[in-house]
Amino acid sequence: MTWDWQYSGDIFPDLLSGLRYTVIATLAGYVIAIVLGLVWTLLRRTPSRVFNQTIRWITEFIRSTPLIPQLYFVFFVLPAWGITIGSLTAGIITLGVHYSTYTAEVYRAGIADVPKGQWEACTALNLPKSRVWLDVILPQAIRRVIPTLGNYLIAMFKDSPMLLAINVAELLFSAYKVGSQSLQFLEPITMVGLLFVVVSVISSILVRRLERRYATT
Amino acid sequence: MSDVLDSYPQWLDGAWVTVRLTLLGGALALVLALLFGMAGTSRHAWVRVLNRVYVEFFRGNATLVLLFWFFYALPLIGLRFTTMFAAVLALGLNVGAYGAEVVRGSINAVPKAQYEATIALNFTPFQRMRRVLLPQAFALMLPPFGNLLIELMKGTAIVSLVGLVDLTRVSKNIQGSTGETVAAFSMVLVLYFVIAQVLQLFVRYAERRVDRMLGRRLPAEPSLGTIAAGAPGAGVAG
Repeated sequence: MTWDWQYSGDIFPDLLSGLRYTVIATLAGYVIAIVLGLVWTLLRRTPSRVFNQTIRWITEFIRSTPLIPQLYFVFFVLPAWGITIGSLTAGIITLGVHYSTYTAEVYRAGIADVPKGQWEACTALNLPKSRVWLDVILPQAIRRVIPTLGNYLIAMFKDSPMLLAINVAELLFSAYKVGSQSLQFLEPITMVGLLFVVVSVISSILVRRLERRYATT
Repeated sequence: MSDVLDSYPQWLDGAWVTVRLTLLGGALALVLALLFGMAGTSRHAWVRVLNRVYVEFFRGNATLVLLFWFFYALPLIGLRFTTMFAAVLALGLNVGAYGAEVVRGSINAVPKAQYEATIALNFTPFQRMRRVLLPQAFALMLPPFGNLLIELMKGTAIVSLVGLVDLTRVSKNIQGSTGETVAAFSMVLVLYFVIAQVLQLFVRYAERRVDRMLGRRLPAEPSLGTIAAGAPGAGVAG
């Protein structure tokens, strides 16, 4: 069997409509991930040790379990508790919460990377806590973590095909669907694969540029 | 809950598939990572190109897309694999590409003077790698390798979508047969967590051994560099 260009052209619009859901899920999930990640990090710095350890184990649990069972959990268990959500919403929430535990580690390392003298200067100037965080520590920490956070956007994009486990009509799902209608899987799946490589290569070049731009040393 | 616990033989079978996939995929990934990672430090440009092509292609692709490709697309041009083999291939090739970046970055991070000393002592390229560069780079590789192994273990869940009965698939089956949605899906998450924690113990042990070998101490907090190295979307700078 050889490559069928006519067929590849015909299925292209289907793939594009799938790509739309992939992009929506990735971007919306990313917003959740970067906000919730910071929340996890800050919660881990409260004075109560019990509370910190609880947060630590919750994030550790979410991080070390795979995305697909988590998708099942959110999509099938929440309705059992009376919360009904669509599959796309469930996918976005799961993807976002899953990756928030990764971004939490990134923020933590970024905060640890801020020189100690900055903290001491804050104490010396008797700054209130809110100003220490909002005006001194976080601006420096976030600047350091921007390239790493960019990497996680690529990672989320590459994990988004897993949403097909709960029937989100994303890119790979639509490729699979057109493939199973005509029983020609080679073209759609190869096209999806190439698309992923192209997007990843371009975005890793962009991330490298971010790294140079925000380099601190 | 008791229905879910009663079906423990199924859980065990599923866990065994997950563990086997992790080990086989990990072994393939390790071999590929060392091979292509060392290729990336070669003096010859065409060998380095080989490394770039492999890394960009397999790291840039989603594992699930690779798996579907091996499972649905390649049989159409006459290449047939068993499901298990296709899964190991997809996982190993994907994680191996991240690993190759880790290996390349770690070898490049060995101080330049070490390299110059091997030239001065007239080592062959093989001796240089085997005796001087790799042993020192290995300590740098271990923490990111540990992260990658856990990523690989989590990645095995995708095989449930092409019909292998791993832990994820077992949870779906049991949920279907008993109707205990909450218990079945909570159980599977707990089991994955346990496997990940056991892997983590092994990784910590290996790290301590290697650090003692080199006479260094573990850093208390992971730095931004090591986190980025283990990230699924990231490579090692350098």
